[in-house]
Amino acid sequence: MSHTKQAWGTRVGLVLAMAGNAVGFGNFLRFPVQAIQNGGGAFIIPYLVSFVMLGLPLLFIEWSIGRYGGTHGFHSTPFMMQSMDRRRLWKYVGVFGIFSNIGIASYYCYMESWTLAYIFHSVIGSFNGMDQHQVVQLFNDYVSLDKATLIPFEPIVFFLICLGINVYILSKGLSAGVEKVAKIGMPLLIVFGMLLAIRALTLKAGTAGAVNDSSVGLNFLWTPDFDSIYNPKVWFAAASQIFFTLSLGMGSIQAYASYLRKKDDIALNAMSAGWMNEFVEVVLGGAIIIPIAVGYLGISKVQELAGLGGLGLGFKTIPYLFSQWGPVMAAIAGVMWFGLLFFAGITSSLAMGTPVQGFLEDEFKWSRKKTALAFGLIILIIGMPTVLFFNQGVFDEYDYWTGSFALFVFAACEAILFAWFFGIKKGWKEINTGADIKVSRIFRFLIAYVTPVLLIIVFLGAVFTPVGNDWVAAFQGLSDGHGWAFDHESLVGKLMNNGLREQIAAATDPAVVADLKYKLLLSNLSRLLLLAVFIGIALMVRKAYYRHKKEGRLK
Amino acid sequence: MKTEALIMMLVTVSAITLVTVYFFVKVLTTKPKQEPDSYSENDDEPR
Repeated sequence: MSHTKQAWGTRVGLVLAMAGNAVGFGNFLRFPVQAIQNGGGAFIIPYLVSFVMLGLPLLFIEWSIGRYGGTHGFHSTPFMMQSMDRRRLWKYVGVFGIFSNIGIASYYCYMESWTLAYIFHSVIGSFNGMDQHQVVQLFNDYVSLDKATLIPFEPIVFFLICLGINVYILSKGLSAGVEKVAKIGMPLLIVFGMLLAIRALTLKAGTAGAVNDSSVGLNFLWTPDFDSIYNPKVWFAAASQIFFTLSLGMGSIQAYASYLRKKDDIALNAMSAGWMNEFVEVVLGGAIIIPIAVGYLGISKVQELAGLGGLGLGFKTIPYLFSQWGPVMAAIAGVMWFGLLFFAGITSSLAMGTPVQGFLEDEFKWSRKKTALAFGLIILIIGMPTVLFFNQGVFDEYDYWTGSFALFVFAACEAILFAWFFGIKKGWKEINTGADIKVSRIFRFLIAYVTPVLLIIVFLGAVFTPVGNDWVAAFQGLSDGHGWAFDHESLVGKLMNNGLREQIAAATDPAVVADLKYKLLLSNLSRLLLLAVFIGIALMVRKAYYRHKKEGRLK
Repeated sequence: MKTEALIMMLVTVSAITLVTVYFFVKVLTTKPKQEPDSYSENDDEPR
């Protein structure tokens, strides 16, 4: 059996840690952008439908797999899954539950370190007196490494500090480390979020440089375009958002739940943590960035910036907008905004460390401190390319393969395992064992049939995304005999490097061509590195499997 | 604000807030299970 002595201190601590795992940068940066790009207020309809049909069932599945595995002495997904069905393949599917956490933490900790750096810059007033272009330039210089910002090699310094904080907290264990941070970080995050939301919602045109009232931004975000509901693209966007926001398909929820005993509740805990994430995302996330940005920049500029993603708004625009409030308020708002993002980030990155620690503890009998150090070292080695080659697209490669592709594959497989191999009868019993609420039987039907099928559809959607995400036009084109044109962001398009190849073909300047070819090389190398990580974990799992067989722990 | 935007926002925000508070209060007020449970802070002896 596992030799771990780890345990959660309190139930509320576990719920806050689970909610903290789910709450991340995406709650504040991705959700509002997705909403304005996909029907405004009407986006909430497919979003909440996806939450009920995909999000909650998967939360129940992941909590159940975790507690089931934990009672068998396993704290990471390879052997949790293997203990649920005797087919040997499952332990390799479970490798995704370690691999994704390593891959995502490798670039996520880098993003987390930006928030630390930006807190520092907000405090010392680096953004004061800068125009919008200069704030954008500061970010570009920061991630470029070759341009000097305030501290030499600043991104590397803050990345190391951030990793050090993560390792220190993880080394303290579940109750004294992860849980303590969640108990402090989550309430602080909500307080910071509420204060910023109040400031955003009280913006008045003509005061502190604002050109629009906050109501203009709220109108922009919440005015429903009900026609959008008939567009499959909007449903894919909603399903994907639910998927990412709840940290599903990663293996971290299972790892946290594996420290629960058989008779303890998972149903109410899962509901509470899931809804808390929704509160932070919809209520707080929807009330900060868009009203402030529209208040200062107007709708068309925000639409343009939103097209570049939430990161651009969060790091390249918001500091400039805060600086309009005067140096003191700008510093306070900067600390609150980037502090909020930091807490959102660290409660998630700690959750990414836990399955890795659980695996090393279970299989190699390492101490908590040693596993925390090992996690830090792995992230340092694998994450450094995202720091050094950010502008060459390595960060985006990691994000795609570990933060999208691997999650979809793993979630679809675990839903199929739970519903069709472990069996919905046993699975339903597992969800309801010790439950402090009565789970509606609708979820039994959803888990057995709807969720696995939906996940397969969403996965296929990601594989075959047509150009411009326009499914109606794509099917029409197919029936007219024009074939299927893959979007550059589809799995097929990514795998073939279609986007980069098209840019190379279109470029005429030899220097630009050389740059693009270098980018292509680094993209392929980063994929190979990730593949090597996956194979490495799979080999360790294979070795551990034979040991478990010998010890009689697995059938 | 436009009426439809205001209605959409108020209904969504209040519904999500209410459900979140309901489940969190339920977590806080549900009586703990008999020992040994999963949580260490209510243990008589340290683990």
